[in-house]
Amino acid sequence: MSSLVKADGLNIGYGREVVVAEVAFELGSGEAFALIGTNGSGKSTLLKTVVGLLPAMGGRLSVFGGPPGHEHQRIAYLGQFHQSGFVLPIRAVDVVRMGRFPLHGLWRRMTRQDDEIVMASMRMMGIEKLAQTPLRSMSGGQQQRTYLAQVLAHQADLLVLDEPTSGLDAGGRELYLQAIDAELRRGASVLVATHDIQEEAALCHRVMLLARRVVALGPPAEVLTPEALLETFGVVVTGDRKLHVLEGRHGHEGPAKPPS
Amino acid sequence: MDWLVTPFADSSVMQHALIAGALVSIACAVAGTFVILRGLAFIGDALAHGVLPGIAIAVLAGFSGILGAAIGAGVMIGGITLITRRSRLSSDTAIGLLFVGMLSLGVVIVSRSGSFSGDLTRILFGEILGIGVQSIIIQLVATVVILAIAAVCARPFLLLSFDPEQAQVAGFPVRLYHNVMLLMIALTVIVSFQTVGTLLVFGLLIAPAAAGALLARRIRVMMLLATLCGVLSVYVGLLISYHFDLAAGAAIILVTIVIFFLVFVVQNLRERRIPRRKESASV
Repeated sequence: MSSLVKADGLNIGYGREVVVAEVAFELGSGEAFALIGTNGSGKSTLLKTVVGLLPAMGGRLSVFGGPPGHEHQRIAYLGQFHQSGFVLPIRAVDVVRMGRFPLHGLWRRMTRQDDEIVMASMRMMGIEKLAQTPLRSMSGGQQQRTYLAQVLAHQADLLVLDEPTSGLDAGGRELYLQAIDAELRRGASVLVATHDIQEEAALCHRVMLLARRVVALGPPAEVLTPEALLETFGVVVTGDRKLHVLEGRHGHEGPAKPPS
Repeated sequence: MDWLVTPFADSSVMQHALIAGALVSIACAVAGTFVILRGLAFIGDALAHGVLPGIAIAVLAGFSGILGAAIGAGVMIGGITLITRRSRLSSDTAIGLLFVGMLSLGVVIVSRSGSFSGDLTRILFGEILGIGVQSIIIQLVATVVILAIAAVCARPFLLLSFDPEQAQVAGFPVRLYHNVMLLMIALTVIVSFQTVGTLLVFGLLIAPAAAGALLARRIRVMMLLATLCGVLSVYVGLLISYHFDLAAGAAIILVTIVIFFLVFVVQNLRERRIPRRKESASV
């Protein structure tokens, strides 16, 4: 399995402050990798460093074999906060179409195939009927589905997702899980930051527990022990039921369910 | 009907004013759209006033006011960039500092002129009723350049307005395209001041685009509505100025502001009715 992302002795942070030191991991092709930790544990900082929004403060980091931020066509990024607010006059379909911009740059025209991919992505997230709806008229959950559809429309080799299920209802979460499953089967890799152990880590082949340092790294069944989670979150956040659910869902060897 | 047409049918002064005003409206609608969407109103205002010392020096030294305005805008943007990058101060603070500094410097320079009041008024409020063919051609070229920038940079400008981080990750460097956007706004201010003045160009940058933002669902539609609002303001403002012997530039801006508030009221009334309809439909 070739490495899309490779970090070794990596220091990440803002300005001069190192948030997490000595991060080491590899993300292979077709692999899903979850960063799990509390707020401020360094998850978003690591994601931003991987996509090139923040510079590495030390150590080595390569993405697609080069420095972060050099393969724009191959990376789709979903940040935690969107700054568009209520002023921007834009419809849901326009937001999703933006997912195709990295592939077309300044000039290349969108084709019918692009439009089909955009609509398929919206269907995947269950918002095809909201295509013409202004973004500012949508609920928070509908907006989050739109942002996820934008990521899917990119058809990138690497999906970098920061708290992707934030604001989603149960139906939205299920569609998200199905969509990620489909992306993995397409051969894409997923790097996701979350504090939702139960659902998101269940999709991933490996997880990294972060608490301003790397607490543990490995397959979910080995890493997500009550002791490690206690060390990460400072409280016992998982009981037998959650661990059971997690073990039951993990793996996606079989075909994914079609989106409903 | 005569009341609406006659002023423009016979007078080349009014025809030139209408053409120049329409071109300024188009440029301001395009640049103003991004001023509104990117929350750049303060820097737009600062640019509109920050060009004053450059124009004042040009007036006193007898060279092109547009060149003076360009120098003023360059100093303004350079100063803001320097303070923001080399200190922990926010861009708002840097803009505020440069804004009042440049405005004061402009007034001080103009005060050395023998016709202080006349020069200052001309710079602030423009001379739309004294526009020559050469100025119209310059405005036309600048408007085409502004439209070309907006067309070429449509995708990065949209992404920047949506989420700068997304723009950066998508391969559109934020700093580069933000500066291109600032240059576009600066160009609009620089070439428009002769027509409507540095003070009033800000009105045409903000009000039509704000009205468009209230109504539109798409950025292109917002630009189109802002253009219509601007051109209508120029036409009605000139008519009012002609028939009631009022200052043309100020009349145009007042009409723009009135249109914005009309749109604002209508929009609010519409939004109140929609929930009522839904309530009655659900009963």
